[in-house]
Amino acid sequence: MSDQEQSRPEQEQGQPEIAEPERRKAFKKVFKKLGAAVVVTMLGRAMISAKPAPAALALRPPGALPEKEFDAACIRCGLCVEDCPFDILHLASWTDPAPLGTPYFTARNEPCRMCYDIPCVKACPTGALNPLLVDIKKADMGVAVLVDHETCLNYKGLTCSICVRVCPIRGEAISLKPMSNELGVLQIPTVDSSKCTGCGTCEKHCVLEEAAIRVLPRNLGLGISGTHAVGRR
Amino acid sequence: MRMPSISSAQDFLYRKRWLYSRRIVQVIILLSFLTLPGIGRIADGNLSSSTWFGVGLTDPYVMLQSWLAGGPMFLPAVAGALLVGAFYALFGGRIYCSWVCPINLVTDLAYCLRQKFNIKANMTMSRELRAGILLLSLVLCLITGTLAWESINPITLFQRELLWGSAAGATILMGLFLFDLLVSRRGWCGHLCPVGAFYAYLGRYGRVRVTATTAGSCSGCGSCIKVCPEPHVLAPVVSKNASAVTHGDCTRCGACLDQCTLVH
Repeated sequence: MSDQEQSRPEQEQGQPEIAEPERRKAFKKVFKKLGAAVVVTMLGRAMISAKPAPAALALRPPGALPEKEFDAACIRCGLCVEDCPFDILHLASWTDPAPLGTPYFTARNEPCRMCYDIPCVKACPTGALNPLLVDIKKADMGVAVLVDHETCLNYKGLTCSICVRVCPIRGEAISLKPMSNELGVLQIPTVDSSKCTGCGTCEKHCVLEEAAIRVLPRNLGLGISGTHAVGRR
Repeated sequence: MRMPSISSAQDFLYRKRWLYSRRIVQVIILLSFLTLPGIGRIADGNLSSSTWFGVGLTDPYVMLQSWLAGGPMFLPAVAGALLVGAFYALFGGRIYCSWVCPINLVTDLAYCLRQKFNIKANMTMSRELRAGILLLSLVLCLITGTLAWESINPITLFQRELLWGSAAGATILMGLFLFDLLVSRRGWCGHLCPVGAFYAYLGRYGRVRVTATTAGSCSGCGSCIKVCPEPHVLAPVVSKNASAVTHGDCTRCGACLDQCTLVH
């Protein structure tokens, strides 16, 4: 009896004022984990989305889905790279201008040779390179744009026209259009964006130190007419 | 109960039989992705997706990431993922870790040197951490619409960067090696890697198991636990509560079998 009487006040003292301390502990534990999860998710997301968008000079293989869908569909296996007979495709490394492990090519180094059987598309196991692309002339890797009118030799009144002459869809995708200014009549290389596949042969062969004609992803290379007669929308 | 007739060289090989089999398989798989003189290339692609003799194989974890990110379900990849998934589900998921994954070569080397140089420093982490990272990677796929783990995955990085001749990722692999060597014992494969966690869940009920056939004669020396990369899986067997290792974390590396002096 005396034992019990002695221990009772001790128990009352030792008991914290909050009811159900176990529950409190459990809550704390759960919220700690939840907090950590939220913070790490936010950090991870920031890390992934902080990566720069693929640079304009990294072009996707023929048949590639639009960039966002391509990023989700491509599993970075490199089968397209290995099946490219001209070894123009690379899988992006950490230092390359495309998301890690995704295939790309740089037109100025090696343009797409536009194989008729499109082996890269056939190799793709996930459909990131659209298997519905069977005619290479319907490919859309980008669009050639004559970006520099100051250095282009044809704009200087010469008839270099190398970009027109090397084009695999010559006469359709790119042709010479006469234009006159104070120098006289100029022959201007003009791209038909609906025919150009963005293979990059013109960019590769431009004789300037830096190409005056470049293949750009369509969203960078083309404007879109406004629906309003005089401006945007 | 050692076999009395075998010579010391044979005995040495016998005591490393699982280790050497594993190394041979790992190296063959790695070399298959290279163009070898006289043989050519046996397998195309990399461990994300590959083609072996016309058969497409796809990593189910990568496929899952792609699906969560919003990628299309295209038949060749899905069939390949089902094939690989079925194999590991049937035989045991983490067979991938110790028999296929090239990072195992890096981390095992780190562990080996750690033992040799008697490096004691060890940052303790929970083995559950990898499950958290696995979940995180899948959630991030959903949120960002990209293959979250593939933006750092050292497994395919190993193949891309080292075998295909670029050195930028070698620093990452070196970091991983040093982490396992100096910072945390079996840190990567045993605690952090979500690929291992994925395969552990996938092959939870795999049929290939380490079995103690003569459990009754176990002397309790504990040498199997010392060499095991996931020692907790052996606990029920050593304490004689079970006759087989049933834990999903077991990588079927066979280190315990090499060590045990009671098994023939």
